[in-house]
Amino acid sequence: MSQKLLLNAQELDIILHRLACQLIENHNRFENTALIGLQPRGRFLLNRLSVMLQEHYGIKELKTGLLDITFYRDDFRRGEEPLIANSTDIQFLVEDKKVVIVDDVLYTGRSIRAALTALQSFGRPASIELLTLIDRRFSRHLPIQPDYNGRQVDAIGDQKVKVMWTENTGEDAVYLLKNES
Amino acid sequence: MSELSVDHLLGIKDLTKEDIQLIHTTADQFKEVINRPIKKVPSLRDITIANLFFENSTRTKLSFELAEKRLSADVINFSAAQSSVKKGETLVDTVNNILAMKVDIVVMRHPNPGAGVFLSKHVDARIVNAGDGAHEHPTQALLDSYSIREKLGTLEGKKVVIVGDILHSRVALSNIYCLQKLGAEVMVCGPATLIPTHIASLGVKVEYNLRKALEWCDVANMLRVQNERMDISYFPSVREYVQQYGVNMELLDSLKKKIVIMHPGPINRGVEITSDVADSDQAIILNQVENGVAVRMAVLYLIASKIQRND
Repeated sequence: MSQKLLLNAQELDIILHRLACQLIENHNRFENTALIGLQPRGRFLLNRLSVMLQEHYGIKELKTGLLDITFYRDDFRRGEEPLIANSTDIQFLVEDKKVVIVDDVLYTGRSIRAALTALQSFGRPASIELLTLIDRRFSRHLPIQPDYNGRQVDAIGDQKVKVMWTENTGEDAVYLLKNES
Repeated sequence: MSELSVDHLLGIKDLTKEDIQLIHTTADQFKEVINRPIKKVPSLRDITIANLFFENSTRTKLSFELAEKRLSADVINFSAAQSSVKKGETLVDTVNNILAMKVDIVVMRHPNPGAGVFLSKHVDARIVNAGDGAHEHPTQALLDSYSIREKLGTLEGKKVVIVGDILHSRVALSNIYCLQKLGAEVMVCGPATLIPTHIASLGVKVEYNLRKALEWCDVANMLRVQNERMDISYFPSVREYVQQYGVNMELLDSLKKKIVIMHPGPINRGVEITSDVADSDQAIILNQVENGVAVRMAVLYLIASKIQRND
């Protein structure tokens, strides 16, 4: 297994700032917007963005929540590994709100499909957008594309994209993992 | 630990501590689900569950059915209460019915101990025991321990007394296994006639004096006097039972610490506990009912997740 650095800490920081600014462009003061991170890995990206929006860009009232999609997945009882749930924490109704789903890597699009269904349990949002840090092109199974995207990556087959955060693994970086053949 | 070590839920005796903890943590997520505006998830939409109740039940049946529907399973109900058919015949009949209907999971309550084990050996479906005679009632013990964990944070080192009719109680046996596996100390308390002779061999303390038992414990689980299972008189009168083993507010207030009061239901108000105790803030009886749905969702989800889909 070899790994190639896709983004270092500085590049990641620039991208986060850009994504934050793009969100502000579309959502202004976030009065009617909610950012929903997908468990487990979207949580870190959501935390970074919300801290940045509040501390750097002075957004006062930012609604955020965490959504776990385990019970909505379409591969229940199909895989080798049992699906274990994470916690959902959404302390508000999304009824008539502009929701932005936040996740680190967009791959097949199936998680996002599950998230769209799961969100319905919390009301009928005015709109739903998708923000991802890494968009793996050419690997989608469903017609789902991000509205805000950090970096497009051409990863094929059994390659993996690994997003690392300081609070999780001790460094900010994105790697492409390849199997040696 | 991400899946159960068993294929069927027949009794707590077969579960490991990790199994119970996995059910509890999964139930945490389902508890959040059932408090959403839309309380339903699609996980079991391709699973068919048969509820076979050969014995009367209100809350367990409702709770299972609600849990199944909240998981989007297809549900069929079969009640054979007051059936006079002998055990063997009934179950074999049932077996054939189940095989024909292509049911994935059977939830069964039966008056005969071991009925679930018997069925699990003869049917190609997963069995969840919803009470077999005076043997086990595993989901009740799981929701009782879940409710204590929710109230006190942990079971480790907690002292739980089970009061009342231990002899006829499947709740008591399942609770003893469950609480001990989670590291709690268990005591049973009741009239000597309603305490099984060799109960101490399970490693529980036995106490005949209610006040002493309540002084000792953190949690008191008050069992119902099961008149329907009593073929002879086990105590002179209900009045005397209430005087010796009934909990009232006066008794609770006279204890050194505030203990938690539980009851698996249905309550005989004024017998095991008085109305003011049942409605006091020390009682978590309604929490138990709410948690019952979440815990049963967790059990069904985890059992279903071990049925590999081949298509």
